[in-house]
Amino acid sequence: MDPPFRAKRVLPGFTLSLGTTLLYLTLIVLIPVAALILKGAEIGPERFWRIVSSPRAVAAFRITLTAAAIATVFNAIYGLLMAWVLLRYEFRGKRILDALMDVPFALPTAVAGLSLTALFSANGWFGAVLHPAGIPVVYTIWGIALAMAFTSVPFVVRTVQPVLEDMDPALEQAAVTLGARPWAIFTRVVFPTILPAWLAGCTIAFARSLGEFGAIVFIAGNLPFQTEIAALLAFIRLEEFDYNGAAAIALVLLGFALVLLLVSNLLQYWAARYREDSR
Amino acid sequence: MAISISHLTKRFGQTDVLRGIDLGVEKGELVALLGPSGSGKTTLLKIIAGLEWPDSGRLVVDEADWLQLAAQDRRIGFVFQHYALFPHMSVRDNLAFGLTVRPRSARPAKAVIAAKVEELLHFLQISHLGDRYPAQLSGGQRQRVALGRALAIEPSILLLDEPFGALDAAIRRDLRRWLRGVHEATGSTTIFVTHDQEEAFELADRVVVMGEGQIAQIGDADAIHDHPATPFVARFMGATVELPVTMQSGRARADGLDLTVLPRRALPDGPAQVFARPEDIIPQPDPAGPWRIISRTSNGANLRLVLRHPDLGEAELDTPRRAVAADCMIADASMRLRIAFGTIFPGDRRNPAPASEPENIPQLEKTP
Repeated sequence: MDPPFRAKRVLPGFTLSLGTTLLYLTLIVLIPVAALILKGAEIGPERFWRIVSSPRAVAAFRITLTAAAIATVFNAIYGLLMAWVLLRYEFRGKRILDALMDVPFALPTAVAGLSLTALFSANGWFGAVLHPAGIPVVYTIWGIALAMAFTSVPFVVRTVQPVLEDMDPALEQAAVTLGARPWAIFTRVVFPTILPAWLAGCTIAFARSLGEFGAIVFIAGNLPFQTEIAALLAFIRLEEFDYNGAAAIALVLLGFALVLLLVSNLLQYWAARYREDSR
Repeated sequence: MAISISHLTKRFGQTDVLRGIDLGVEKGELVALLGPSGSGKTTLLKIIAGLEWPDSGRLVVDEADWLQLAAQDRRIGFVFQHYALFPHMSVRDNLAFGLTVRPRSARPAKAVIAAKVEELLHFLQISHLGDRYPAQLSGGQRQRVALGRALAIEPSILLLDEPFGALDAAIRRDLRRWLRGVHEATGSTTIFVTHDQEEAFELADRVVVMGEGQIAQIGDADAIHDHPATPFVARFMGATVELPVTMQSGRARADGLDLTVLPRRALPDGPAQVFARPEDIIPQPDPAGPWRIISRTSNGANLRLVLRHPDLGEAELDTPRRAVAADCMIADASMRLRIAFGTIFPGDRRNPAPASEPENIPQLEKTP
């Protein structure tokens, strides 16, 4: 039996709001994912394996993962630096820089891809310098990594920034009074504090890079076995009306993403193990 | 180590936080910086620590100019108001931080550090908490760890910023006694900041009262209590009854006030003010007295009376409820007042203080 009295919520409508949320989640996320899995399941394990282990598919996965890894390493360092600069220093134009950080979120990825291609092609501003020096970017894995890095850097900046901002300045002062030099303060006090957020940001950036499509197709050249990414291969299969092939490749990408999410959560749980509320 | 501070000033934007501080602290002394919020006491402490830098002045410790020395090289122990323990380190690692962070050449061996940490855990009476994280400790335990972390580097000077401010009263009293013990055991020169008079007087050898970025008075509890140097100190020490009087050849006079007990003061004739504590004012029933009781409340032990004088204004006083005359202390009764203890300052009410104006002291803690 219900207790005779119940605390009134400040805002009513829990049932309605939860119901709406769950319905939305089901329509937008769960059903498409389930459909993809079902589509993959009807292929049968043997054919599935043949599709995803074909030399062209393996090459595409390898290129995608490698480029995403390069992009993530770059963003991990650059994003952290950017968040640091935006919070720890006062300078002219800081707010503009802060706002610019969101441009990759807002910019259509095709636009990003086009402008990067224009800049780095053999007759573009940067390409004109890099190409004669023997560092081709366009139509190489570096171009892919570049496009991925461009679209995913805000994830690192925007996850690290609030945590860094909330850090009690007394922590660093305490370290100073105990004799810590700047590098020790960073590695032993500041970095461990922002580590969970940083890991989370890097993982999301990596996941986003794996799925990036629009920015890459312009700059990559899309040569099979060399600069063809997995998402594009799935698209090509679809255009050939090979739904099963497309679904199989997409499933593998989905698998990567899920594993990444799991790893990210485990890492964050580990990095935040000292917090009371994580126990 | 002996600390010598002279002409120290500091300004944050438009605010003068320190307006010329001169202070000497002897080796091994335990000194309290006492003052209301915004009096500059924390800023002074942070300058000694090297966490803030003054605009002008000198800070010399044992002949060395500390303004030429980075905070890292001063080897001070600083205890923060909210502990500032490293949340991602266990208690043990927090205590060891000051030792493990030293450059390889100056760093003690692992075993030595571990032994030192064990010793500290024992000394702090928290041996069973070594492997906990700060989030799993109570406020009092955190404060002990914070102090232990500062002591681990065997500091030349120990600085504490409102060390017990965030704790409840019982733990405060405990820790206070314990800190006194720690000071006696280590013998290090110690300065702590507080806004709590009781804490300052109970713990310190010498109390430095600060107001408005200046030192208002230095002394022990009795001296500051009995002979406040300025109206600001008098008010801060609880002398909240201020009555206008007239000086006449060194004696204060006023209608309806018996001021004969107060010692003669070398003040010019003219208007002055007497500052007294409510418990130092003795009401005396007198049908011809000019004071009228306008309210009477009891807290059991004491009666609190509010009286009004047609010219002097209102006065609040405390008197024992069971005293002989208490029965006459009813509303509208006529009284004379005897000031048993008080301090006289020159000037009238509108222009009371020659030195400082304590009315402007902000009530909220300013974190510059």
